[in-house]
Amino acid sequence: MYEVRIHSRGGQGGVTAARLLALAAIRDGKYATACPFYGAERRGAPVVSYVRIDDRPIRVYSQIRHPDLVLVLDPSVMDVVDVLSGMKPGGRVLMNAGEPREMKGFPTCAVDLTGIALRENLVVAGSPILNTPVLGALAKMGVITLESAKMAIQEMFSDMRNVAAAEAAYRELVA
Amino acid sequence: MLTVATGNKAVATAVKQACPSVVAAYPITPQTEIVEQIAEFVTSGELKSQYIPVESEHSAMAACIGASVTGVRTFTATSSHGLHYMHEMVNWAAGARLPIVMANVNRALGPGWNIWAEHTDAFQERDTGWLQVYVGSVQEAYDATLMAFRIAEHESVLLPVMVNLDGFLLSHSMHPLQTVEIGDFIPPIRLPHAIDTAHPMGYGTLTGPDQYFRLRWDIERSMRDSVGVIRETEREFAKRFGRRYDAVEEYRCEDAEVVVVAMGTLGKEAEVAVDLLREEGVPAGSMRIRWLRPFPRLDLSGRDVVAIDRDYSFGFGGVIARSLAATEGAKPFSVIAGLGGQEVTYDDIAGFVRSRRPGEEYWFGVMPDV
Repeated sequence: MYEVRIHSRGGQGGVTAARLLALAAIRDGKYATACPFYGAERRGAPVVSYVRIDDRPIRVYSQIRHPDLVLVLDPSVMDVVDVLSGMKPGGRVLMNAGEPREMKGFPTCAVDLTGIALRENLVVAGSPILNTPVLGALAKMGVITLESAKMAIQEMFSDMRNVAAAEAAYRELVA
Repeated sequence: MLTVATGNKAVATAVKQACPSVVAAYPITPQTEIVEQIAEFVTSGELKSQYIPVESEHSAMAACIGASVTGVRTFTATSSHGLHYMHEMVNWAAGARLPIVMANVNRALGPGWNIWAEHTDAFQERDTGWLQVYVGSVQEAYDATLMAFRIAEHESVLLPVMVNLDGFLLSHSMHPLQTVEIGDFIPPIRLPHAIDTAHPMGYGTLTGPDQYFRLRWDIERSMRDSVGVIRETEREFAKRFGRRYDAVEEYRCEDAEVVVVAMGTLGKEAEVAVDLLREEGVPAGSMRIRWLRPFPRLDLSGRDVVAIDRDYSFGFGGVIARSLAATEGAKPFSVIAGLGGQEVTYDDIAGFVRSRRPGEEYWFGVMPDV
């Protein structure tokens, strides 16, 4: 089972990112579940979502304690949350940032999702949309295929700029 | 069609396909998405129902009762405090023999104020005459909701059915969902005692000590008959749509010397614990109770039992543990775990099995580790 933990802030679309990733994995022919951890959320507070991907039906409902991949949509949460907590040996990090940074030896990829969203004019209510471009980055990392990523995005959003942004993130990922 | 959906969306989708004539509802976390989604279906014209937004859960059930007694299909959804606010009407629905279907998203009761999963809310309604099913996945939430209408409206049952799903763990988790073309799986409703203005009758009138007990026995007789109707409905569902369900879902029980009995998502997580224990050489199995009413028989003879209750009856014990003692003569190791959404992992469940003490009660997180 492949387990992904998504760190973001309330309102940044972490829950939708989890849903898109699960849908893309299902379109790859896998089983997947996505569950946001619901606490006392409010806009701007650090929040966590989980995605599990497997070749067999998934029967685990408890929170992910040992992720294979940690996705940080907002690096500022690292000031208040230990995003590497319980990381599996060999686990990887994907960060919304221009350049990868040292993450205690865990292989880290970076992509400027915020920049891509602004460039593609993917802005809703003043906030750049991060959860559709991030699927392109996850495809580049081999978590899902690019084809399924684009399929999942189009199933949930009709605006083709989301697909263009995902393709940009696929191209611009820095390992 | 294969898609990804939350438990709430799955229930709403099944309701759309069952096409009730009347939906009356009031929002409450974590159920709100069900009635919001149904309201959207009605607004968009995908569902031709009369949607009655009411001012309370008591009124929601009262509106369903008023509609149902005219002989039409009805649905509502609630959770926790909402369920108990409608408690009087929950009893009335069963007593009036109305096949209302209700989704209840299991949530703890306050105070302390808590919106997370617990089964005590629905367990407190277990003596009302409603059939109760508890699901363990988003797919099952959809499937069970479809089956609920057929079971409730069956001429041998004519009792309301409550479909229970764990708050957040299922209501807000996204899983694969395979929807079906239901065809004639749910036959048109025919309520023999529906109001007929051409033949006026009295409803809900005073019933004296010389008659009342007959009505109670009639509920119990139908509850007993529902066992066969549930079995037949689940078989027919498997035949048509390929997914098989039973009153109890057994996992690796054939040669099991110890079985974990649990409900809802904990019953699924227990399967992973069983796999873990089997790798260690412990001959473990699990049984997930799906139907709480009518209460099923479990083959526990000669086995150790670890009963996990996400509920509690104060001054008595875990409802599942005590029920197994009463119906099967079991002496379970009674674990009280998962109250108010308390995190319980498959590792924790495996731990309960390894250090079980038959006949004793253990509160996870409160008492020292077993």
